[in-house]
Amino acid sequence: MPANQLSFRVEIRVTPREGIVDPEGQTIARALEDLGYRGVSRVGSGRLLKLELQAPSGEDARDLVTRMCEELIANPVIERYEVQIRSPETASP
Amino acid sequence: MKIGIVRFPGSNCDQDCHRAVDEGVGAEAAYLWHKSHDLEGCQAILLPGGFSYGDHLRAGAIARFSPIMREVIAFARDGGPVLGICNGFQVLCEAGLLPGALVRNDSLRFRSHPVRVRVEQTDTPFTSEYEEGDVLRMPIAHGEGQYVADQSVIDALESERRVIFRYVDELGQRTEEANPNGSVRNIAGICDEGRRVVGLMPHPERVVSKLLGTDGLGVFHSLIGSLQATGDGTTTQTTRAGDGPAAQAAEAPATHAPGVAEASAP
Repeated sequence: MPANQLSFRVEIRVTPREGIVDPEGQTIARALEDLGYRGVSRVGSGRLLKLELQAPSGEDARDLVTRMCEELIANPVIERYEVQIRSPETASP
Repeated sequence: MKIGIVRFPGSNCDQDCHRAVDEGVGAEAAYLWHKSHDLEGCQAILLPGGFSYGDHLRAGAIARFSPIMREVIAFARDGGPVLGICNGFQVLCEAGLLPGALVRNDSLRFRSHPVRVRVEQTDTPFTSEYEEGDVLRMPIAHGEGQYVADQSVIDALESERRVIFRYVDELGQRTEEANPNGSVRNIAGICDEGRRVVGLMPHPERVVSKLLGTDGLGVFHSLIGSLQATGDGTTTQTTRAGDGPAAQAAEAPATHAPGVAEASAP
């Protein structure tokens, strides 16, 4: 790895877009109700991806991850995504 | 005339497609491996059903980046006829060749049973042998077949007559009960703006024999007919309209090329 690279821990949350059915969330909500849990008005489900990646800066890391999401990780027709980039650790050479 | 059938890791309806082309309508069928960069001169492409790449991430999401898909996308953009069946439909949506997406069935169940679909439009290379309003009996077998798209996309599909198949009951009526997966407006199949790329969830390739029903044969007869009508059906050779059938007969290769026959053995 080049010396000027930083390591980032990235979390990407992919969830169904507003108006797109979330059958998994609905099923979990029903199961919670069946188990006697009251007061749960909605359950939303989704996917969490954890990435470890190297980039020269936080901005570069965000650009890279955004491109990954747009191209592959999320389908914008049905999903939205949120990216969290954790504080960088200097990569050991 | 040669029809290409793409094989992804996890495709499992490729042999059915091969037989539908070969035994069903007597045309040459060739398997195209997902790592290949060559459509081998095929004049139409079928993307079969199955679970390409284990349906990881989303159904069809990984298959779309296969080397062969780069060629299929270019072929489709050039006006080449492409049919995506079930997982193939999902791949076409992920690849952006068709709008919308296919999400989990509203029942949350994998549905595997015969359904009825109505032919809504006959001006595509895959439906020209049917009559508008024909009700076909075909099996479905999918967990993610619920067609969704933005309202504006749905409106465009309807106004441009791009809904090709719709789930209906035995009488040909569009009802909620006849909809096996919650697809918006009972949509079972659509086409692209050029009307050459078609995707559908039901399996026409599984109903091409007397034993199992023949309602799907029309899809393959339509394709052969449309390729004959345009010479070869490709954009590179479109000047032979009129003498299509004769030209095809003269140049039709042996239906059972040794390698192909071997590959299709169970």
